Amino acid sequence: MKFKSILAGVALAITAATGSLAEKTKVGFVYVGPVTDFGWTYEHDQGRKAVEAAFGDKVETFYVESVPEGPDSERVMTDMALKGADLIFTTSFGYMDPTINVAAKFPNVKFEHATGYKQADNVSVYSARFYEGRAVQGHIAGHMTKSNIVGYIGSFPIPEVIRGINSAYIHAKDVNPDVQFKIIWAYTWFDPTKEADAAKVLIEQGADVVLQHTDSTAPQAAAQAAGNVITFGQASDMAEYGPKPRVSSIIDNWGPYYVARTQAVMDGTWASTSTWDGIGAGMVGIGEITSAVPTDVKASAEALLSRLRDGSYHAFTGPVNKQDGSAWLARGETADDGTLAGMGFYVEGIDSEMPN
Amino acid sequence: MDLSAINPTLLVASLMVASTPILLAAIGELVVEKSGILNLGVEGMMIIGAICGFAAAVVTGSPMVGFLCAAIGGAAVSVIFAVLTQYFLSNQVASGLALTLFGLGLSAMIGQSYVGIKPPTTYKLDLPLISDVPILGPILFSHDFTVYAALVLVLGVWWFLKYTRGGLILRAVGESHDAAHALGYKVVRVRFMAIMFGGACAGLGGAALSLVRVPQWTEGMTAGSGWIALAIVVFASWKPERVLLGAYLFGGVAILQLNLQAAGVSIPVEYLSMSPYLITIVVLVAMSANRAKSALNAPAALGRVFHASR
Repeated sequence: MKFKSILAGVALAITAATGSLAEKTKVGFVYVGPVTDFGWTYEHDQGRKAVEAAFGDKVETFYVESVPEGPDSERVMTDMALKGADLIFTTSFGYMDPTINVAAKFPNVKFEHATGYKQADNVSVYSARFYEGRAVQGHIAGHMTKSNIVGYIGSFPIPEVIRGINSAYIHAKDVNPDVQFKIIWAYTWFDPTKEADAAKVLIEQGADVVLQHTDSTAPQAAAQAAGNVITFGQASDMAEYGPKPRVSSIIDNWGPYYVARTQAVMDGTWASTSTWDGIGAGMVGIGEITSAVPTDVKASAEALLSRLRDGSYHAFTGPVNKQDGSAWLARGETADDGTLAGMGFYVEGIDSEMPN
Repeated sequence: MDLSAINPTLLVASLMVASTPILLAAIGELVVEKSGILNLGVEGMMIIGAICGFAAAVVTGSPMVGFLCAAIGGAAVSVIFAVLTQYFLSNQVASGLALTLFGLGLSAMIGQSYVGIKPPTTYKLDLPLISDVPILGPILFSHDFTVYAALVLVLGVWWFLKYTRGGLILRAVGESHDAAHALGYKVVRVRFMAIMFGGACAGLGGAALSLVRVPQWTEGMTAGSGWIALAIVVFASWKPERVLLGAYLFGGVAILQLNLQAAGVSIPVEYLSMSPYLITIVVLVAMSANRAKSALNAPAALGRVFHASR
């Protein structure tokens, strides 16, 4: 403890010294995958580049990629804080407790944790309403499936992923009452081998639509090899797999948020906040719906998209029951953010057990 | 839960594909260990093969050139290990571990500009009538050539070890290098060649992963396959036919686990994921319980340093 506080003191002194010389704001990023995954981490890195583009010489950014979730990430964050970072973005759910722990040791460093729910005086949380994009995907999937089997590759059974499955299912079922979801948990955010195997197994079991909540393009490649299967880009556009198998995508757009938060640190106006923006605010983008989708389906998907964008429709609007048949949302009722943030149940109709 | 959704034919067919990388690496390591060398660098050689094969296939547009370069790449890094252990008499365990770490790092460096690229498609067997025969068609006649190459290789290694003079010499070197040396066999040369063969096989295994199974390049994509290959050799008690069984079993567990999940069976994934290693431990314990039998199986000189002066 003593050694750590000495280190922290030295770091503060260095920060103060260099700060008075250069006046550069230092922003660190902790990534769960490689910046070249063309998925989740790639988009966060685009956000980092947006910060550099916006502030030029006034900012210095650095990142560490492929940081395992858990204790090792604490070491990386501590290292960044000791190097004098003013603001650190930790960009995966599993960094939640490590972020809180490290933040407690460095009260003067601001932290921003993506997709979590634990805040502190110097820890903000931010996420995007990916489930709005999942609604559009579910709508297209329900229309496009001929086998009525939709495969879904989940990463970890956490609220963010479960929300996506529920939202996709509700909107697929809306347009196709016979649709069935098959769900595989890969227990990884990024492992092309596992993701490819999972996609192949889903296809072998009859799925002709594969949705993924993992970050690599391997499921796209597997679908392409299988032939008559469609997919959706995850986190990033993955347009190189269009017009088929990839027929649309969810694109994360972190740049504007990262620029705004860096600006707040520069101005001294940074405060701990909880941000959860969706399609309307531009944090979630929907990639081009390709020619492989019939025009009437494309039109109805775009109509759904515009209703989500202007806020006239909520992706979780009743009547919706929970998987065990108990009532959740009454007719016309929309889900509150608290329930959504901690969502730990499937909606009625999903024929799969959730792992613990 | 709907187990009928699992098609046994497709399950067998896809486990054959999924097992091919570890089968190739394991059969190579078996030959290495039969010569009395323990090379723990399989993972490193595999990943070097994965990137060499991928890069060559992308640059030339030919998967065959890719596989060739993968074998050469795997053999080339194994030469480092061979020189260290055969000429400088360094510790095999430490050298092997170093080779794994070196391979992972080097492959990441070579691979930087190959992330996110699609490789050319590998030729897949598709015989007009035969591939459509129910059950046998998908299992036997509709794979890419690596699946067949791996099977042929297993058969070849079995035949070589059992029926040829070369195989006898290799085994003699692995059982007692002093005796083999006294008889005039070139212990170091035999082992050098065995190590390079093992490297080439591991390289092919890596390419089967990056060019066929995924097919994509990502850093660290072997994700422990090399260690599983090592475990399979022990599990198989150094017998080629059992290596085949072990590889299909270990590969099968991974595929079965996904199939069960998709069919809606909620099973603790952790148990299935650890089962290959558990089986290996059980086999090791069972083998060491019966000393006379285990002495027959493991090459007697495995892991021991040889120097002609002794």
